[in-house]
Amino acid sequence: MQNAAEIRLAVDIGGTFTDVALEQGSGADVIRTVTKTLTTHDAPERGVIIGATKVLDEARVAAADVTMMVYGTTLATNLLIERKGSPTALLTTEGFRDSIEMRNESRYEQYDLDIELPEPLVARRLRLPIPERVNVRGEVLIPLDEKAVAATVPTLEAAGVQSLAIGFLHSYVNSDHERRARDILAGLLPDVEISISSEVSPEMREYERLSTACANAYVQPLISNHLARLESELERIGISCPLYLMLSGGGITTLETARRFPVRLVESGPAGGAIFAGHIARSLGIDDVVSYDMGGTTAKLCLIDDGQPHTSRTFEVARIYRFMKGSGLPLRIPVIEMVEIGAGGGSLAHIDSLGRIAVGPESAGSEPGPASYGLGGERPAVTDADVVLGRIDPQNFAGGTMQLDRQAAEAALSAHVGDALGLGASDAALGVSEMVDENMSNAARVHAIESGEIIEKRTLIAFGGAAPLHACRIAEKLNMPRVVIPPGAGVGSAIGFLRAPVAYEVTRSFHQRLSTLDAAASNALLEEMRAEALRVVSAGAGDEPLVESRYAYMRYVGQGHEVGVEIPIRIEQVRLDDESGGSLLAAFEAEYNRLYERSIPDLDVEILSWVLTVGTEPAPVETADIDHDVSVDAPIPDGSRQLIESATGETVSAPVFERDKLSAGQRVAGPAVIVETNTATVVTSRYDALIHHDGHIILDRRPDGILGSLGGLS
Amino acid sequence: MSAKSPLAQIHQHVMWNRLIAIVEEQAQTLIRTAFSTSVREAGDLAAAVFDQRGRMLAQAVTGTPGHINALASCVVHFIEAHPMDTMKPGDVFITNDPWLASGHQHDITVATPVFYNDVAIGMVANTCHVVDIGGRGFTPDGRQVYEEGLNIPILHLFREGVANETLFEIVRMNVRESKQVVGDIYSFTAANDIATNRLVEMMDEFAIDDLEGLSDFIVDSSRQATLDAINKLPHGTYENSLTMDGYDAPVILQAAVTVSKDNIHIDYEGTSPASSHGINVVLNYTKAYTTYGIKVAVAPDVPNNYGSIEPFTFSAPEGCILNAPRPFAVAARHIIGHLLPDTILGCVDQMLDTGIQAEGSASLWNIQLRSGPSVSTNTDFEGEIPEFEMMHFNSGGAGARPTIDGLSATGFPSGVKGVPVEATESIAPVIFWRKELRPDSGGAGRHRGGLGQAMELGGDGGAPFDVLAMFERVNNAPKGRHGGLDGSTGVVELAKGGPMRSKGQQPIPAHDRLVLKMPGGGGFGSPHDRPADLVASDVADGYITEASARDEYGVVLNDDGSVDSAATTALRALT
Repeated sequence: MQNAAEIRLAVDIGGTFTDVALEQGSGADVIRTVTKTLTTHDAPERGVIIGATKVLDEARVAAADVTMMVYGTTLATNLLIERKGSPTALLTTEGFRDSIEMRNESRYEQYDLDIELPEPLVARRLRLPIPERVNVRGEVLIPLDEKAVAATVPTLEAAGVQSLAIGFLHSYVNSDHERRARDILAGLLPDVEISISSEVSPEMREYERLSTACANAYVQPLISNHLARLESELERIGISCPLYLMLSGGGITTLETARRFPVRLVESGPAGGAIFAGHIARSLGIDDVVSYDMGGTTAKLCLIDDGQPHTSRTFEVARIYRFMKGSGLPLRIPVIEMVEIGAGGGSLAHIDSLGRIAVGPESAGSEPGPASYGLGGERPAVTDADVVLGRIDPQNFAGGTMQLDRQAAEAALSAHVGDALGLGASDAALGVSEMVDENMSNAARVHAIESGEIIEKRTLIAFGGAAPLHACRIAEKLNMPRVVIPPGAGVGSAIGFLRAPVAYEVTRSFHQRLSTLDAAASNALLEEMRAEALRVVSAGAGDEPLVESRYAYMRYVGQGHEVGVEIPIRIEQVRLDDESGGSLLAAFEAEYNRLYERSIPDLDVEILSWVLTVGTEPAPVETADIDHDVSVDAPIPDGSRQLIESATGETVSAPVFERDKLSAGQRVAGPAVIVETNTATVVTSRYDALIHHDGHIILDRRPDGILGSLGGLS
Repeated sequence: MSAKSPLAQIHQHVMWNRLIAIVEEQAQTLIRTAFSTSVREAGDLAAAVFDQRGRMLAQAVTGTPGHINALASCVVHFIEAHPMDTMKPGDVFITNDPWLASGHQHDITVATPVFYNDVAIGMVANTCHVVDIGGRGFTPDGRQVYEEGLNIPILHLFREGVANETLFEIVRMNVRESKQVVGDIYSFTAANDIATNRLVEMMDEFAIDDLEGLSDFIVDSSRQATLDAINKLPHGTYENSLTMDGYDAPVILQAAVTVSKDNIHIDYEGTSPASSHGINVVLNYTKAYTTYGIKVAVAPDVPNNYGSIEPFTFSAPEGCILNAPRPFAVAARHIIGHLLPDTILGCVDQMLDTGIQAEGSASLWNIQLRSGPSVSTNTDFEGEIPEFEMMHFNSGGAGARPTIDGLSATGFPSGVKGVPVEATESIAPVIFWRKELRPDSGGAGRHRGGLGQAMELGGDGGAPFDVLAMFERVNNAPKGRHGGLDGSTGVVELAKGGPMRSKGQQPIPAHDRLVLKMPGGGGFGSPHDRPADLVASDVADGYITEASARDEYGVVLNDDGSVDSAATTALRALT
């Protein structure tokens, strides 16, 4: 969706900052203007307008000339985390009103007797049972009691309910009862928004489906109001171009779809980051990538193959306990699959009850912040370790706007880490840094295994304020030969929004065994899914050419977890036929073999769900060879620093370069530090840096930078 | 690595974390590839890494206490049978012997030696519950272990990479769902391979030739952390006893917990003798839940490994239900095993000023169903009776905590997860007619016990089926603490009336339904100390009835559901 005449604006509302990016033109001639402004929590649209106005002024572009705007927001996520959504009720099958409270009946942390479970979004008094029942085949066992549906009105009115979720058992097979109940109540309560589970998340597993429907209902009125206000504010300042919303699945969609399914806006910022990394991967012609985004509180990692971030259909939002799996609300929506751990620049270090160095997930936040901020923080954070290790220049932090206190960092590291282990401040800093890097590496490795992938040999694309400081060491730990530090990494998500296709994913549960595959019924289902996706996408895509992908989620009969397999059929042709059972089986076995290095003979295979995506083609890239433009001019250092290297613990004298002054083709040998306004790239002695003509810093492992051996320590 | 440089010291911390990540990968692989419902949906598994001496160094946080701690005891048996220096690359060992591993034959343990420079430097192992092991299946009805299916002694599963086809053939011919069971055994082997590869990579990276220095560091620091926690407790002996339903006669679990310098000893002298049916517990499994029960109370933060559990010792008289000898039947041993933490917490409550979590439902209310023409005979069912076997995990309420309410319909101490109704209905011809919280079942208290749940299920189209009942606390309620009232007892009955036994295989006739009402947790503190507005809120949400608010909490409500303060004060003053 790019041509030279276009002027594209992206706005990403985060917890602290609202990031804005404006691009004019395309390809190598693109002119980009970026800015950051504080998020205005009371009325987020105000921050959007402030940021947009600022960037338009800087770029000298008239609001009316903007041809396209993409918007992403944490508002939906925040409403769920802070439980600040609208009063919501749930109508559900009689006998099952507690499924969102009973969850999966387990404790997410077995060794803490005092855990609390996340509060359901809908209180029990507003979970209203309705006599009705459909079985797993979609047959009606008990007809919908329409009088009981209508009889809920006084309760809903008395409670001031503004939004309503309807979720009945097996509605993913037969949604008649949900739709009928919606029609009845829409007539009686015209001002109440209604979300039905068979539309929001039409998949088997009642807890996840109802949780998703409730979340959708819970955020709907406020998101809807916000989007309406945003639209009119934009109009007021003269931006009247089409407005798109970034979705958690990595596509963008129209305002109308976002209003209907606001739950799909959750985590759209991080999705933008992954799209950003995916685009860079394609532009550099790198197939196997891990994106690594490390900010103040958390680090997020995402696997990217052939420029496509891995996606998933499950996600957990608003975790209440150390980012631990199971401590949040499950959402069954299309998402870019990421692992998020409590490891950021602000993560606090301490000695645990076993005398081990432990880092995070508790964070110092921006106030009081790390000890070196001098704002009253006494405990050491990862940033303090980075200061002591020489990675951050305390005199020149955040573009020189802030002076850091190295002594305070050392004192905090000694008092809370070093003293207990008999280590000095710098060794304590090394320990903290090594532990946080190890935690991130382990999370990446386990995440890859869960996805059936191998992390080694991938390229790391690092962005976010703290990532360039740690990326090289993580690459060493994970045996990765190359790291890319793109420019503009501070507003990576917003830039990613501009690279996202207009796309929509439709999911259905429809059980089929391959041995008895009903090709006609499967084709009818795919056709219906395609029509739904096209309806949504064509509203935003105009005449753009569209691409379609279809996946079947399959498993051996008796297993519990499915493997996604692309359905081997051609577009616009007869779809599945009598031979398809065999080709699906072959595709499944190939994928299963890839994941688990074996397949199992003689067992039937079943399809549980079908996923179909229609979208515009990804933004075109001009692939740029990485190595062709090496220049012989060695850059002249702007200074030097004492840098402590993680791998060896040795202090080395490292030249310092300013990123702005480096030109394309120049090489910097590690150890070195390349500084820029908001962060610094640490080049360890095992890597060399090359400045790419697109502005990336490419870190390549030196041929002699042998990994996997840390000689001289044992 | 004895005289440690700062960097070497830091690397030991890093490698410890790495080991925990390695076993977590192992566990995740098991979950993704297993057929057994209890592994893939419920996390009923253990995965761990061991040093040359069979000392457990790290275990996956995913898993359930009964398996984890039993696996810790099991691996030494493999090493005794096959000393490390006799093991060859490509060897894999297996057993499901209840007395060597985790207490019943449904659990299969697979252990793989790890070689570095051709030397066996440790082992990786896992224990998982398989779909079936033959015999009577997962039921307490057996009188001897021989009725409970196939016993696999310690054997080579693979010898230098070559599969033991004789064993696989025997397994195939002795279990229901043989493809799934054999598939699972392959999964267990593959998961060990992944952990093995990771361990070797770690040793390469940190340039160590064996695990000895690292294992001493892990074991010593964990032991020390546990000792530090123990040595904060007041010395003394604290006793507690629980009376449970048992199979056909009450079972008394009697514990004396003695805290002394550097040790906590739990003695089960006074516990009932072994049962004539399959609810008996072997020593390994007793140790598993004993260790969990004491550790979760006094040293929860210390990771599970050889060092952290060493300071806890226990004894149970030979022949009692917690130390049943061969050939007593053991298939449903979890019923009793799950009660051990409550037994121990009753002792811990006496040593802590704050008190500790009240008793709860404790034993899982697993529903094991079986049907088929050969199972349900003499029936007046008009249609064809479907052939199936299924299990559905369910939990009652947990006990209230000293500062917060108990968890409703949540398993404790077991770590397994429930399965959605829609998922179960998609694999077995049953209909759940109800599965929801059970009002008033949580024991009243300053902090309310967790609610149990009520469930009703029948055959698809009204078909008959059998339930292999193994339900506890039908006659003995979970006790409250410090003035908190008891939770409700469980109920097992037919929808059309007529009681059922809480244990053993029984028919659900055609067009009738099985009704289960699971126990609620005990309360903590006097109900009269619960703020009246919280009580009113519980009534509005239907967690308790107005009658309970008045009679147990002493709270009187107005017609609009708000608190009648004057009447409440008056009522609370009366008692």
